[in-house]
Amino acid sequence: MEAFTFYLFSFLIIISALAVVTMRNIFHCALFLILCLFSVAGIFVMLHAEFLAAVQVLIYVGAVSILIIFAIMLTSRLAGRDAPVVNEQFFLGGFMSLVLLFSLVYTLKETIFRVVAEPPAPQSTLRIGQMLMTDYVLPFELVSVLLLAVLIGAIVLARREGN
Amino acid sequence: MPADYSVVLVFLIAGIAIVSFVFLLSRLIAPHNPYKVKNETYECGEPTIGPSWIQFNNHFYIFGLIFVVFDVEAIFLFPWAVAYKSLGYFAFVEMMIFIFILLAGLVYAWKKGALKWV
Repeated sequence: MEAFTFYLFSFLIIISALAVVTMRNIFHCALFLILCLFSVAGIFVMLHAEFLAAVQVLIYVGAVSILIIFAIMLTSRLAGRDAPVVNEQFFLGGFMSLVLLFSLVYTLKETIFRVVAEPPAPQSTLRIGQMLMTDYVLPFELVSVLLLAVLIGAIVLARREGN
Repeated sequence: MPADYSVVLVFLIAGIAIVSFVFLLSRLIAPHNPYKVKNETYECGEPTIGPSWIQFNNHFYIFGLIFVVFDVEAIFLFPWAVAYKSLGYFAFVEMMIFIFILLAGLVYAWKKGALKWV
């Protein structure tokens, strides 16, 4: 069952990631990107990282994909037109991704991962919440300041572009 | 894979299966006879004006950006809510500080007119 689920999500990730770069309609690319990110959330659940899976779904599937779709819809140059799948940098890009693939596979093969035999602690979200509220209070509150800076910066930049 | 999540997986597969089944069924039993009027976009009986892919107002992007910021804030509410019972009063104050700092950003956006609907 576990192997089946893993292969199911891996298959979805690979197929949708390929569709992102090969689809001619850029809006369909964005939809496949959402499927790809959602499948990654499934892998997170399999690794007992439920909180991370929730973050993945809420932030990536929910928010980032909306920004990408907005960006597509707001770009008049893309309107109703097929995006070119290949251009003159096809070979350079292909070469670079092959280099990246080989270096990733090499690193994964050479690294000795410390595997823990016992199952991960249940209720990881509860532990994260307790740590966040006790040991890591200062970073937690700083996050809100950071988010405030992001919000103000986004508004300032967007308004200047608009005017 | 945690055992209780197999229910989610079954739900996911069942959802995909039902939708595929309905599409397949309508493909099988519906007569295939497209013509020009039938293929037109249905818009409450009115003839459509222009393509469906129009350029949206740039202002929507600001809403998107603000949404992302508050989405990230919502993420922090989850572990807080789960751990709330075991932490008590102090956690409540911490989260209130967190929310009020972000509320300043919302007030800023409001004052700057970024929330004005167009």
